[in-house]
Amino acid sequence: MTSYTAAAAVAVLVALLADVFILRTALVRTRTWWTAYGIVLAFQLVTNGWLTGRGIVRYSGDAILGSGRIVFLGDGRIAFAPVEDLGFGFALVLISCATWVWAGAMIRSAHGRKE
Amino acid sequence: MLALVLAGSLPLDTYCRLGVLRQPVRLLLAIVPAAVLFIAWDVAAAAAGQWHLDPAQTFAGRLWGLPLEEYAFFLVIPLAGILTFEAVTVLSTRRRGP
Repeated sequence: MTSYTAAAAVAVLVALLADVFILRTALVRTRTWWTAYGIVLAFQLVTNGWLTGRGIVRYSGDAILGSGRIVFLGDGRIAFAPVEDLGFGFALVLISCATWVWAGAMIRSAHGRKE
Repeated sequence: MLALVLAGSLPLDTYCRLGVLRQPVRLLLAIVPAAVLFIAWDVAAAAAGQWHLDPAQTFAGRLWGLPLEEYAFFLVIPLAGILTFEAVTVLSTRRRGP
């Protein structure tokens, strides 16, 4: 277990807790979320592959599951990027979408009260 | 890379008539809390030496040891994610009919 890996796991857990229990948006139970996430994931693999494959972003071999070598697939990497990045991407987009849906409901109910 | 992401996702707002960009307050509420959390972790992980950006391939402007592009990343990616999510919502609703 390495530090970057642990942080990625925590991020996924926090995002799921926020979606299901804190904001109560439960996007992970909807088909819409998983369709949107599939699209985001495909683009993440391309853009993150670009950033990591060209060495724009570099990782310490001590912090990730892989050794720190830049390879397309294997040694803890998918499309050049550490697998941990999939966790971070999932968490960032899920929290943002869940907060977006929650904020929409909040704003609608605030307007409703005024009318 | 960030410009490409915006080029790919911003037109969704117009083409699918999402109106996401017409709700700035809701966007700020959605993006800022997550961005603050992720940036705090990101800065700490970079300071701890878990990762770094190639100085030769980033702009020179730095804030807390990271180039400004890194902060822009945490605004652009959630925005693209929200646009994608809204586009899927709207398109799947339209297909099923009102």
